[in-house]
Amino acid sequence: MAKTLTFTPDDKVHAFITTIPEVSYEDGPLSGVTVAIKDNISTRGIETTCASQILKGYIPPYDAHVVTLLKSAGAAIVGKTNMDEFGMGTTTENSSFGPTLNPCDPGRVPGGSSGGSAAAVAAGYCDMALGSDTGGSIRCPAAFCGIVGLKPTYGRVSRYGLIAYANSLEQIGPMAKDVTGVSRLFSVIAGHDKRDSTSVDRPYIHTPNPSVKGLRIGLPEEFFGKGVDPKVADTVKKAVSVLEQAGAEAVPCSMPSMSHALAAYYVICTSEASSNLARFDGIRYGPGGDLRKSWHEEFSDRRQERFGKEVRRRIILGTFSLAAGYFGRYYQKAQTARQMVRDDFARLFGEVDMIAGPTMPSIAFKLREKSDPLQMYLSDILTVPANLAGVPAISVPCGQVEGMPVGLQLIGRHFEDEKVIDTAFAYEQGAV
Amino acid sequence: MEHDDVIIGLEIHCQLNTRSKLFCGCSTDFRDDEPNTHTCPVCLGLPGSMPVLNKKVIEFAMRVAKALNCSVLKECDFSRKNYFYPDLNKAYQITQYDRPLAEWGKLMIEGEDGERDIRITRIHVEEDPGRSVHMGTTDRGKYTLIDYNRAGVPLIEIVTEPDLKSPKEARRFLNKLRATLEYLNVFDSEKEGSLRVDANISLKGSGRVEVKNISSYKGVEKALTFEITRQRNVIRRGQVVARETRHFVEARGITTSSRSKEEENDYRYFPEPDLMPMQVSDWVEGIVLPELPDARRERFMQQYGCSLEHARTLTGGLKLAEFYEQVAKADPDLAATWTADYLLGELNYRDFSIDAMPIVHFMELIGLLKADTITDKSGVEILRIILDQVKNGEKPEMPASIVNRLGLAKTGGDEITDMVRAVIAENPQPVADYHAGKGPALNFLVGQVMKKCRGRADPGHLNALLREELGKMQDGA
Ligand SMILES: [Zn+2]
Repeated sequence: MAKTLTFTPDDKVHAFITTIPEVSYEDGPLSGVTVAIKDNISTRGIETTCASQILKGYIPPYDAHVVTLLKSAGAAIVGKTNMDEFGMGTTTENSSFGPTLNPCDPGRVPGGSSGGSAAAVAAGYCDMALGSDTGGSIRCPAAFCGIVGLKPTYGRVSRYGLIAYANSLEQIGPMAKDVTGVSRLFSVIAGHDKRDSTSVDRPYIHTPNPSVKGLRIGLPEEFFGKGVDPKVADTVKKAVSVLEQAGAEAVPCSMPSMSHALAAYYVICTSEASSNLARFDGIRYGPGGDLRKSWHEEFSDRRQERFGKEVRRRIILGTFSLAAGYFGRYYQKAQTARQMVRDDFARLFGEVDMIAGPTMPSIAFKLREKSDPLQMYLSDILTVPANLAGVPAISVPCGQVEGMPVGLQLIGRHFEDEKVIDTAFAYEQGAV
Repeated sequence: MEHDDVIIGLEIHCQLNTRSKLFCGCSTDFRDDEPNTHTCPVCLGLPGSMPVLNKKVIEFAMRVAKALNCSVLKECDFSRKNYFYPDLNKAYQITQYDRPLAEWGKLMIEGEDGERDIRITRIHVEEDPGRSVHMGTTDRGKYTLIDYNRAGVPLIEIVTEPDLKSPKEARRFLNKLRATLEYLNVFDSEKEGSLRVDANISLKGSGRVEVKNISSYKGVEKALTFEITRQRNVIRRGQVVARETRHFVEARGITTSSRSKEEENDYRYFPEPDLMPMQVSDWVEGIVLPELPDARRERFMQQYGCSLEHARTLTGGLKLAEFYEQVAKADPDLAATWTADYLLGELNYRDFSIDAMPIVHFMELIGLLKADTITDKSGVEILRIILDQVKNGEKPEMPASIVNRLGLAKTGGDEITDMVRAVIAENPQPVADYHAGKGPALNFLVGQVMKKCRGRADPGHLNALLREELGKMQDGA
């Protein structure tokens, strides 16, 4: 039976690009639960912009698979959340509709690229949100805003309808105030979809279980060393000791491939993005153009004008990496480095059950603090390995530094999202 | 034309006739429908849509690979070919690049100097882009409409080594390839735009020229012949043939230089991340091929006693071969002669395919010929009447009814004897000439009888009868 609710948040942190004032929903496991959706996930009849001027006014004629699943689970879809344009950023400052502010401190960024989704949940505007995670885009804002966010195993959630940024890396994932909320949302969106050839038939039917007895948790030295704020590292180590008290065993370890991970990540994601974003020619989508100009001329003018600076930078980087004569030196080399990361995880997961570390090397940045793109890229160092390997990773709040939340990142084996959720749940329970 | 120095290689794009497109469920049967009615988020390339491989396409392509004796790679994958063009909705084409489906095969053709294998370099699968429809005539009024019905239709690209020595060989290769694809039931050559050819051609010691955009079988021979003449003229004038890409202008039968810009494309190929690599080598083992043109040709010679030439002609197309086998039930010899020599000529003249000839009519015609009811000349006349009726959209008349209507039944017996006697009586001078040993007089008398019976007499029979009657006169004298 269809019911309705009204949704009129006082969106002080600019979490939303679009809100839906009157929401109808059905019966089901998520009946009446308010869910916000990142604006790179296609919603039939609702403008979907990826926070870009080039898609302004684009109303998809179809729902992403996850949206179909949410609707049939009875969720109330309340709006589309702000993000870094096409997911390209770590702060949500790269939105062409203006930045989202961190509900914990409006002078700071919420993280990105799913910053709107994290802020909407953290500010209490809605119960849950969907984000997408290409190199940390769910876990980073979850950590910065003090909520829980899961990047599932690659293939566990259908990407059909997710406007692609970097296909081989990204996953849609759940965000909520606590692990139970993430688990509930995940149980609705996980599962096979024949329209996504990379999706696998591994539904999530699970209730979080706080037992970690005998769990071996690896602490790679690279996650606690150079470039990581010592106060953040200490907070995370304390969190791990909570798990130890609950019966887990902490094991020091190392991930040497980390030194290549970031470079590999940026070559791969920009390469794929340069191809994915080529279809946005300013004519097919968006506000239309000047029909008197030739197609090529109009097309390059519109892309220059309607893509933001960071998007243009990444398209150019990716185009370069794929160019004849450079492919071997960049794209192929990045694939080799990616394999090294996978091998490192495989080796580590022979020794430990779980890897733990900070989600982000620091607390949330002040607005406009990171103006140098390279500095910005460096802050993704702890989140990109999980995307390169396709393994599940969660960020769960684990204390504060300077009054700002810190996230504990837990990374598990392929398809052991359940164990990752259980470990996060165990921490959440133990920390109370 | 001297061919020793001509080197030709072909790149052939064929649409596979699967029911749905390569990466979505949309129907490929769009030719009679409105533009953009066979589309979905996937083949429109909408943001967020993802390709799902139609396995039937791979099966069809593997049939081709096996029939062309290719080796199929253990694993193959898809890549993106990135370039900007208005009818390319994603700004990349999903194709196969460094790991194609199959490599290194061969196809035997009847070459300039006997049968020869033409080597196949590779076969790969890719999606067809949309179609641009250019509108307006003046520069200001020019605009382009785009129809995505074709977008995502499966293609195979077959690339040959530069083994062809003449335009005629190129056409024969294409005909043989078309027949093979038809026998495999993966291709419909009658669909408009189902085959497109790019040809590489060079004269020994000169630059290689690529001729693009050839969309008919006859066009290939025309384009290559034009190109050879053009290149020879360039050399004759002491100039150098430039390495370039040219376009074939079908309507004018010429090739024109296209801007060099196109050659500078860097397609930035990389593996398609939304599709998984495919394990194909085991799959190909299980594929059972139907009888192919060469095997059928041998069988026609053995089973029906066809000559090599007839067998080659009759197996040159699947429908033609099936047509012949039906008709051969009546009489294999007559069927071969009348199908290969008479019917095909009449069809070609009218630009008809074998479908135009109703088989029931043709079989009745063969029956009439076999029963000696009509002469060959009448047989051809009946063929023409039927095909003209088909051409005019009329219901074709049965041969027996045409024979009755026009009185085409062979005359013989008393009727013809009477006529012979009458002609002898009416022409004393030629008769005397005949008796005086002047041979041509007999031809004149034959002609006179034929005139009387409007060609319905069997020439051999008439000749004998005339000699007999003329002989009787001498005996009696
Ligand atoms: Zn389609």
